[in-house]
Amino acid sequence: MTLTQAQSPPRPGASGRLVGKPIDRVDGGAKTSGAARYAAEYPYPGLAYAALVHSTVARGRITGIETAGAAAVPGVLAVITHENAPAMKPAPPMSVLNLSSLATGTRVNYLNTDEVHWNGQPVAVVVAETQDAALHAATLVRVTYEEFAATVGFTAEEPNAKPQKSDMLQSGSASKGDAEAALAAAPVSVDLRFTTPQHNHNAIEPHATTAVWDGDRLTVHEGTQNVAWVRDHLAARFGIPAGSIRVISPYVGGAFGGKTMVWAGTILTVLAARVTGRPVRMMLTREGVYRTVGGRTPSAQRVALGAGADGRLTSLIHTSVTQVGRVGGGPEQVTSQSRHLYDAGAILVRQSLVELDTLSNTIMRAPGESIGTFALEAAVDELAYKLDLDPIEFRMRNEPERNPIDGKRFAHRMLREAYALGAERFGWSARTPEPGSMRDGRWLVGMGVASAYHPSWQLPANVTVRLSADGTVLVRCGFHEMGMGGATAQAQIAADALGVPFEAVRVEYGDSVLPTGPGAGGSGQTASVAASLLTACEKLKRSMLALARRSSGSPLRGRRLNGLRARDGGLWTEPGPGETYAAILARAGRPHLEVAVGSDTRVGAMVGQARFMAKFLRDRRRWMKAACGAQFCEVRVDPDTGEVRVSRWVGAFDVGTVINAKTAAAQLRGGIVMGIGMALSEETLVDPRNGRIMNPGLGEYHVPVHADIPPIDVCYLGDPDPTMPLGLIGVGEVGITGVAAAIANAVHHATGRRVRDLPITLDKLL
Amino acid sequence: MKDFAYVRAGDVTTALRAIAAEPGAAFIGGGTNLVDLMRQDIERPGTVIDITTLPLDEIEETADGGVRVGALVRNSHLAAHPLIRTRYPVLSQAILTGASAQLRNMATVGGNLLQRTRCLYFYDGAAACNKRRPGSGCDALEGFNRNHAILGASDACVATHPSDMCVALAALDATVEVESVRGTRRIPLVDFHRLPGDTPDVETAIAADELVTAVELPASPIAVNSRYRKVRDRASYAFALVSVAAALEVRDGTVAGVRLALGGVAAKPWRAREAERILLDAPATEESFRRAAAAELASATGLSQNAFKIELARRAIVATLSRLLTDGSAA
Ligand SMILES: Cc1cc2nc3c(=O)[nH]c(=O)nc-3n(C[C@H](O)[C@H](O)[C@H](O)COP(=O)(O)OP(=O)(O)OC[C@H]3O[C@@H](n4cnc5c(N)ncnc54)[C@H](O)[C@@H]3O)c2cc1C
Repeated sequence: MTLTQAQSPPRPGASGRLVGKPIDRVDGGAKTSGAARYAAEYPYPGLAYAALVHSTVARGRITGIETAGAAAVPGVLAVITHENAPAMKPAPPMSVLNLSSLATGTRVNYLNTDEVHWNGQPVAVVVAETQDAALHAATLVRVTYEEFAATVGFTAEEPNAKPQKSDMLQSGSASKGDAEAALAAAPVSVDLRFTTPQHNHNAIEPHATTAVWDGDRLTVHEGTQNVAWVRDHLAARFGIPAGSIRVISPYVGGAFGGKTMVWAGTILTVLAARVTGRPVRMMLTREGVYRTVGGRTPSAQRVALGAGADGRLTSLIHTSVTQVGRVGGGPEQVTSQSRHLYDAGAILVRQSLVELDTLSNTIMRAPGESIGTFALEAAVDELAYKLDLDPIEFRMRNEPERNPIDGKRFAHRMLREAYALGAERFGWSARTPEPGSMRDGRWLVGMGVASAYHPSWQLPANVTVRLSADGTVLVRCGFHEMGMGGATAQAQIAADALGVPFEAVRVEYGDSVLPTGPGAGGSGQTASVAASLLTACEKLKRSMLALARRSSGSPLRGRRLNGLRARDGGLWTEPGPGETYAAILARAGRPHLEVAVGSDTRVGAMVGQARFMAKFLRDRRRWMKAACGAQFCEVRVDPDTGEVRVSRWVGAFDVGTVINAKTAAAQLRGGIVMGIGMALSEETLVDPRNGRIMNPGLGEYHVPVHADIPPIDVCYLGDPDPTMPLGLIGVGEVGITGVAAAIANAVHHATGRRVRDLPITLDKLL
Repeated sequence: MKDFAYVRAGDVTTALRAIAAEPGAAFIGGGTNLVDLMRQDIERPGTVIDITTLPLDEIEETADGGVRVGALVRNSHLAAHPLIRTRYPVLSQAILTGASAQLRNMATVGGNLLQRTRCLYFYDGAAACNKRRPGSGCDALEGFNRNHAILGASDACVATHPSDMCVALAALDATVEVESVRGTRRIPLVDFHRLPGDTPDVETAIAADELVTAVELPASPIAVNSRYRKVRDRASYAFALVSVAAALEVRDGTVAGVRLALGGVAAKPWRAREAERILLDAPATEESFRRAAAAELASATGLSQNAFKIELARRAIVATLSRLLTDGSAA
């Protein structure tokens, strides 16, 4: 990605006619009617289909690869292996100065090596006239290996974890005071171990790529969270200029982080298209997704808390061990929330890593905080019980005025208000604190709470906005839409800023030929695009006014922008005359007016990058920015079998200005659903004997089904964050945080049992 | 999946001749299990014989007051049928706890009987599995075996039979009617599936060229008071960790009749004869239920991850019988 920067955003808090409204998604009709085309649905004349062959050993060298059987299947065009694949360039080295270098899924140079680095690594690609032929032929490729010793068991390797080094983006450890000493001295304390397993994203759309070469130009249809990263990564691997590659991604069928990096399927589809000279489509099988796209790391965590009899925390320690693949992946900010949530006298956080011969881990919805809040918020509940304090009261006694770890100001912090709102809607006061004290017929009933927390991010976004003589507006920005409603939200923002009808605005996104947008990640996309879009709209209005003022006939002559209102498709004095944009353009004989924010030229990109880094570092010095919230849940536990069912949910969030009440609620609710899965049923089973994922499918990897999900009441405070564009804080990830802890705490309330190892399956409660 | 020939059999004789003529062929009912296994390259029939248009889709009352269910009756149809709902609620309930509405609309009675295990190592061609490749070993023994058998397993195989419907059928003394070019025979449901022993690849008593034509339920007044309890990891769309099919008749506080079968615990639906023996004529109390459950599970053994099922099965038995006592068949 090229780093370019939006100028500082206009004043927030300008809630308009459309911002905040529950407007239907602009692409809802296309999606529900099947008209929306996903990456594996682009027809091309002569399209061929590719399928992967995966290794069945964790570590080793290929000693023989028998492809005759596969090649003999009617319709097979090529069987590509390390013996005949053209050379590709290795993955570019990772550097925080070039964010697109973070796109590397794994460092393996697929089919350019006989070495196997994880169980499931692609070792051959079959290309055929039909998908069926390719898939069948792939089963006929016979591979023999010389096996090497492999380290694949996370739990066994945990004692050998090494401290995570800090870099510009992530910090591996931090402290304030002597937390161990404070813990030892604390009159009341807990010191607990929590574990969480690997998780996989399971987006409904499996990863898919359609690749088409035209000479040295390449077009790629790909469901991705970052078109620019895919473009730049492919340029590096295939040795062609980024400008020769177009990545098109208007629709993405869910991603949750799993479509951020560039994985084997994408690269090998492009390779297969080059080898065969045909357009090639590869849609991974669900198993193929598990074997080639990373998941969320497992974790082992220690949370130790000490408090005085007054219920004030004197010590907070949170340490974590997570895994990375020897071929890639990165640390998870498991202790992130523990630096910010509680006003403890002394704090120690430390993250460590083990390196395994497995596929890289990768980001998955709220990487770090989703599992980190589980441990922290469950431990807080345990200490509250030890102190005989209501868990909300305990939290309120330790709610900080400033960021606990370093004393920075909070940009915006309304956790108290979120708890108050949530407790009211949930009916927390009806809860009797004694575990096992609430029943409904034969069911044990439990109620639990936990804090939600996710830092807010803002990335560079280049945007152009064009206003045409017919009154329509075209917004162009290469951002991404995986179902969140991004295009809808930006259309609302633009329509409000320019004072035009919602229907007049069209938003183009998801294409690398557009001005470079932000990746969809860190819950930062809406804010990032909004900042630039608002700046662009402001510029556009200025240019419009300038154009109008040139004409003696304009009622806007002599007017200044801050005395005007953008409404009814133009600029108006209040009260009094004004003019529509259409009239201004018509008089000037201009078909349209277009403005740009940020630039994709080489120099523009460098300037943008420098601006972005400067703002990022300045912001980080000045403020702690985050979304937060309070998760309330009620569970029922069957006293005979230990089955846990969630029966009620209230999530109260501090997410600043909500742009679209419908899509924001869907994001928060979706996060809670995913959190319920994490709490109760989701677990990727990695066989510790050979590193092989044994449940690579939706039948045996248990995401929640409808019957697992109660009505979810999502509410938010709606108070703008003064440091963010329009006052908005991202909503994509905060919803999943705190969920597992709220459930674990409710299970304790129902049964008296503390389960500190996810998922909370019934065998742990028998 | 491998290429295969497809034929549609219009009548039973054609179907039987077709399969007799080609040893590698397979019947296809709803296809909800067979097609998955073909995609997975675990089943590789050279010919698939579509039997879905055979006239075996009736549910009829028999002369002796029982019910005869054609092998091609869809699971959802069977569960919803008034005869089943009123006379054999345990069967209706068992089917409705299985799979999803879409799958039940496709799945047939014959296919449900013959569905194969869900052992993760059976499904993964790279793993050792004596069922899939006799003699290759069993990776589940020391692997992920949380869902595996606690009764009747062997060192060769610890897989379970995943069907819910069959558990109810086992409790109801159902009989399976099968037909081949050699003629028709009847196999009691409880003998239809086999324990693994040294040959876990031989899963049932049916020969490769036999067609399941019907399942017969004998008249069973006790079955009116019956229920099914399935314990699983999520509220729907998951196989049973343990399930219980039970029917109970109590007279003057004493157990006058009982039928009990367990699912998710063995390579076959497990008819709990020992528990039934202890319960008969015993006081209908939780205490008796507990004794019976303990006796039935006395021989149960756990693996590295599934020992909890022994206790879970005990509790599920007690809870199910207790609810029959208090609530009858009502949900
Ligand atoms: C995701 C998923 C979840 C599921 N969950 C459950 C669950 O919770 N509980 C449960 O009980 N089941 C569950 N099932 C399994 C489901 O019940 C079976 O797939 C279904 O019953 C099989 O019936 P079918 O007609 O589709 O069989 P098919 O797939 O058509 O056939 C299965 C086998 O039976 C053979 N066969 C079919 N009919 C005959 C016949 N008349 N005579 C001889 N041989 C025959 C076929 O050759 C094949 O070997 C689940 C399945 C899936 C895919």
